[in-house]
Amino acid sequence: MSEAREFKYIGQRTIRPDGFDKVTGRAQYGADLNLPGMIWGRTLRSPHAHAKILSIDTSKAEAHPDVFAVVTFKDFGSVEGESINAGEGAADVLDLARNCLADDKVLYHGHAIAAVAARTERVADDALALIEVKYEVLSPVLDVEDAMKDGAPILHEDMFTQGYEETPSSPSNIATRLEMKMGDIEAGFAEADVIVEREFRTPTAHQGYIEPHACTARYDEDGQSLVWCCTQGHFDVRTSTAKLLHIDLSKLKVVASEIGGGFGGKTVVYQEPVALALSRKSGRPVKMVMNRDEVFMATGPTSAAKLKAKVGAKKDGTITAMQGWMAYEAGAFKGSPMMPGVMTMFTPYDCGNVQVEGFDVVVNKCKVAAYRAPGAPQAEFAAEMVVNELAEELGMDPIELRLKNAAKEGTQTIYGPKLKTVGLVECLEAARDSDHYKSTLAEGCGRGIAAGFWFNIGGQSSVSINMNTDGTGTIIEGSPDIGGSRASMQMMAAEVLQIEPSRLKPIVADTDSLPYSQGTGGSRVTFATGMAVIEAAEDVVRQLKERAAAIWNVTAEQVDYVDGVAINTAGGEKMTLAEVCEAAEKTGGQISGTGNINARGAGPSFAVHLCDTKVDKETGKVDVVRYTAIQDAGKAIHPSYVEGQLQGGAVQGIGWALNEEYIYNDDGVMENPGFLDYRIPLASDLPMIEAIIVEVPNAFHPYGVRGVGESGIIPPLAAVGWSVGNAIGRKVEELPCSPPRVLSLIQNG
Amino acid sequence: MAVVVFSSELQLFTGEERTEVGACRFKEIVAELVEKYEALTEDKLMEMAVAIDGEIIHTPFLETVGDQSELHFLHRISGG
Repeated sequence: MSEAREFKYIGQRTIRPDGFDKVTGRAQYGADLNLPGMIWGRTLRSPHAHAKILSIDTSKAEAHPDVFAVVTFKDFGSVEGESINAGEGAADVLDLARNCLADDKVLYHGHAIAAVAARTERVADDALALIEVKYEVLSPVLDVEDAMKDGAPILHEDMFTQGYEETPSSPSNIATRLEMKMGDIEAGFAEADVIVEREFRTPTAHQGYIEPHACTARYDEDGQSLVWCCTQGHFDVRTSTAKLLHIDLSKLKVVASEIGGGFGGKTVVYQEPVALALSRKSGRPVKMVMNRDEVFMATGPTSAAKLKAKVGAKKDGTITAMQGWMAYEAGAFKGSPMMPGVMTMFTPYDCGNVQVEGFDVVVNKCKVAAYRAPGAPQAEFAAEMVVNELAEELGMDPIELRLKNAAKEGTQTIYGPKLKTVGLVECLEAARDSDHYKSTLAEGCGRGIAAGFWFNIGGQSSVSINMNTDGTGTIIEGSPDIGGSRASMQMMAAEVLQIEPSRLKPIVADTDSLPYSQGTGGSRVTFATGMAVIEAAEDVVRQLKERAAAIWNVTAEQVDYVDGVAINTAGGEKMTLAEVCEAAEKTGGQISGTGNINARGAGPSFAVHLCDTKVDKETGKVDVVRYTAIQDAGKAIHPSYVEGQLQGGAVQGIGWALNEEYIYNDDGVMENPGFLDYRIPLASDLPMIEAIIVEVPNAFHPYGVRGVGESGIIPPLAAVGWSVGNAIGRKVEELPCSPPRVLSLIQNG
Repeated sequence: MAVVVFSSELQLFTGEERTEVGACRFKEIVAELVEKYEALTEDKLMEMAVAIDGEIIHTPFLETVGDQSELHFLHRISGG
């Protein structure tokens, strides 16, 4: 779709179909399933950040009268180091298994070692103390710089850096080096009249979802099994769990519960294979629910990073060269989002001379997981900060500088293709023309602006639409609803079927009920699952025409379908959708449409944010006083949900920029694993986030949709960082801008 | 003939930035590239996404390209 078109239902703000269940408490979350005979599982975790496991003696725990099973890594049986699709792209099965339960080494404070299933949660907790583990404690390595040094303690003796022409012969904590470049970077800087160069640091930050990881698993006598869990991708939970426990996919049903936040963090398994192993061993259903400490210590936050950014421009503002360097912490196992960091760092700019080098580095911290636009916020923070400084050096308005160099259709990206139609210029113009940008900055405040780019993805989605005899229908999808997608699916199906959205009930089906669907992530569901819904609804319309044609004894081509009514163009008769469905028994059976697709043509989404902050110069405390988030949605199917995504992304990015960070002591023990000490923004901390939706349609989607779930977290880091620096007359180089750090900047420069 | 443009990463294997390919089916293009560049493996290419004329396709197994098409291999993107 390349032009704006009129819609009947798309673009309305309909009532969310899951709203009543959620506000009344009826909605069933990860911890809400209780089964007859169910027992509780708890996990023994490492007190050390880095140690060899010399022995594990579980005999005393197993002898406890109320303990039904104890499992360790050995209960996974033989695990090969093969690659599987585990939710956020390919994952190494052996690493996945060793993260669920440590093998011969513990690699971070909180690393799971064994699990106990007992009659009650309290007994299970107590029984953990009966497990005797002997360790040989090793020195931990806790940041990328230390980990990359020669002579650093090595986490994996079998890991050799990939990405050089020749693979090194010595093991290293650097898993991968990646370099991307285009043009002539040296010539580009030689052309520049002004060059800005800085180094930056961003902290380990957690997604901060409110619902902890939780699951209930049941392994039956006949080998059939069930896992109920809160996840962004229950089909991928099935793949990973079945692989680790060596069971057929058809014998494992995974049900996705309602989910209390994920943001990328619920795309991988932690407890699910362990709970099922405990159930298999005990013969009883097992429930496991993490506490908040465990969520922080042992699930995947996003990478801390060290970054360098250098940008050069002519006096007129033409950017001539952009250069970046980044090292991302992967945590205990390889696989940080360094690669998308490299790919996205300078993508908002149309510059021919670009070079970026990245390193994926293991450290003794929990293995990172995806977090909204994984890898992009850190990289683009560094880029946007130096672009703001460049504007300052040139004496140019930062929006005008960005407009002069903005990526647009035809811009060559560093990662390969030229961009198709994108909406960065429109977002920048909306920012420039906004009330916020035109407003006068209050005394003592600072203002920051930043742009952000994210690819968005398509992928596999499976959908069925079953019509009922009264003309209502059920939309059965396989994408867990973490951001209101059921409402969007309802509206897209309604648009095709031309009936009120409320006549269609959207549900997320279990893995037995639909073909494979990729998880909810990558801003893909409204785009890709939406396309599957449209295809399924079009299949229904095709069948409606065929059934009406059979009744009228004409061909299906002679039947039109308009406003929910089939019309015989040869004879003038009409039948409503409900009438055709009511007659389905007499015309061949019930009507059901399918849409099983591998969607392509995802449209990138650009965002531009404006931030005003006020800094208490006595304490270093920062208050955000005004914030505007502007983003290209392609087409906003349900504008309220789109605004919610823009606001949610902004708030998470603000938290990352202002306060959120993992704090470890020298032994690698996390010291702030709770919401009191790991400070995410509360509603009372922030002003209303003003959301401006830009709509530049994605030509590859029938309604023009781009994803909107991720780009919104990218700009806040630099928008806030620059704003704070602007308020105090300093250059921010390290996040978060927490009171001690800001106070230090004020006092020490 | 379609043109394949190699990223700086793939240039480590090909030694050049671009090449023309005679095949029009993706699978045959990969075979042609693997035959031409000794260091490049089928596994390496098949695990990547491809952009054909700017459209990124994660699983291009059955794709075909036109005479004037431009192909870029790139890492598969996931997300959060």
